[in-house]
Amino acid sequence: MPSKRLNYIAIRFMPHTAAERRIAMTYEILFAGFGGQGILFSGKVAAYAGLMGDMEVSWLPSYGPEMRGGTANCHVIISDSPVGSPIVNNPTDLVAMNLPSFTKFEKTVLTGGNIIADSSLISIKPDRDDINFYPIPATQMASDMEIPKLANMIIFGKLIAVSKFATMETVRKAVEKSVPPSKKELIEVNMKAIEAGYNYIG
Amino acid sequence: MDKVLMKGNEAIAEAAIRAGCRHFFGYPITPQTEISAYMARRMPKIGGTFLQAESEVAAINMVYGAAGAGVRAMTSSSSPGISLKSEGISYIAGADLPCVIVNIVRAGPGLGGIQPAQSDYFQAVKGGGHGDYRMIVVAPSSIQEIVDSTFLAFDLADKYRMPVMLMGDGMLGQMMEPVAFPDTTGVKLPEKEWATTGTKKMRKPNIINSLYIQPDELEALIKNRWKKYIEIEQNEVRFEAEGTEDAEIILVAYGATARIVKAAIKKARENGIKAGLIRPITLWPFPSDVISAAAKKVKAILCVEMSMGQMVEDVRLSAAGACPVHFYGRTGGVVPIPADVYDEIRRYV
Repeated sequence: MPSKRLNYIAIRFMPHTAAERRIAMTYEILFAGFGGQGILFSGKVAAYAGLMGDMEVSWLPSYGPEMRGGTANCHVIISDSPVGSPIVNNPTDLVAMNLPSFTKFEKTVLTGGNIIADSSLISIKPDRDDINFYPIPATQMASDMEIPKLANMIIFGKLIAVSKFATMETVRKAVEKSVPPSKKELIEVNMKAIEAGYNYIG
Repeated sequence: MDKVLMKGNEAIAEAAIRAGCRHFFGYPITPQTEISAYMARRMPKIGGTFLQAESEVAAINMVYGAAGAGVRAMTSSSSPGISLKSEGISYIAGADLPCVIVNIVRAGPGLGGIQPAQSDYFQAVKGGGHGDYRMIVVAPSSIQEIVDSTFLAFDLADKYRMPVMLMGDGMLGQMMEPVAFPDTTGVKLPEKEWATTGTKKMRKPNIINSLYIQPDELEALIKNRWKKYIEIEQNEVRFEAEGTEDAEIILVAYGATARIVKAAIKKARENGIKAGLIRPITLWPFPSDVISAAAKKVKAILCVEMSMGQMVEDVRLSAAGACPVHFYGRTGGVVPIPADVYDEIRRYV
């Protein structure tokens, strides 16, 4: 599927002059799913990947009642200019890990943006054709690979493959930063999950 | 130094420790509990004291005691908890003691809600506690500025011997951004000759007190304290101004709201509207002079807050009728979005 990213860059930044016609680099990513799926952790790795790539970043979690109610989401902005509002109202990239999140946020994605959905848990397709849709059976893959808690990192790998906001080398550094020092053994297994998602063709 | 990603709440705690704070007294409340959690983890390892008090009232009075003993002491809470601490803050102001109080504001009144708000401006700036007193209020807008403001808060508290409030909101407390911490090795904390550290029979006892029964004596004391407040108004005003030189409309906003306003201003500039921003960093002392000067040059001022309109009263006092001062606010934990602020800008130019 051809990338439509350039379309929304034009829509969002409307360069007025030749000098401004550089490609504006801003990724506004919304990670959404159930509490316990590792939504906030995926967002943290994304933010660190941005930081390691010398970009400006922000990370904003949902907190309070909606977390206790079972849904979690996390707003990550990665940009080559300072981040203004840390709230992602219209994502360039949506990572949906359950059906309620998919139906809630599908409409908000910018034209030309990407929706990456866990097709093990979301059987429907987007109700629009102006975005790029990437289904990936992350939960099933995680189960097959006997890393059931790392569906979040498999789908994160697909996000990297699609949006290209960081190289895999940078992603590794980000994982090293995000995993607590007492759990270093988790670095390799996280990378294995990310690579599986990164290389997934569906 | 390497930048790390940190939540606003954790950044406050780490910065406080690096600023020499070894005494923290807290009581948990969303959305600032990470401050207490961080202190609980770190303080025992560095010879400090973390104490979860039985209530907010107890925690602020423990700060009162520790500050009297001359150490850098801090407490943190969110809106309803700050109401409970207000009595203690008044006593601390009345006893001329330095300390830092963090308020990560949530929606009120009452228990309200846990989402971001700025509806404690009056409480912070006009005195939540009783009596003639002032409190320096610092309101950062990014996580790096939170770090810098925490150092500033402790320094100003010691310099002027008074309570300083660090005011954020649920969004700033919960969000992560890259931060770097200044190197503080070898930095000496100021001597406090007035502290009640025991005379060791070498000097007269120091007395810390806020009770003065004789009206003449109390008036003289307060008037003397007011000289300090005037000095602060002259020397410690901090603000950020952006795009004000050619502006036809100036927006005034602080804290997290200023970030949303900046996004709206960017859009306005892209569409040919000359909008600028004045962002108070200290809410008291308030940047009245810069707003007063700007009011004489612009068509209108638009104040944006996460409240029904509190700081706007100080903006109107500063503008003193030189231009219309409009207000846009969301409250109850609702965060304004840039598109709505942009629509408001268009109404007034």
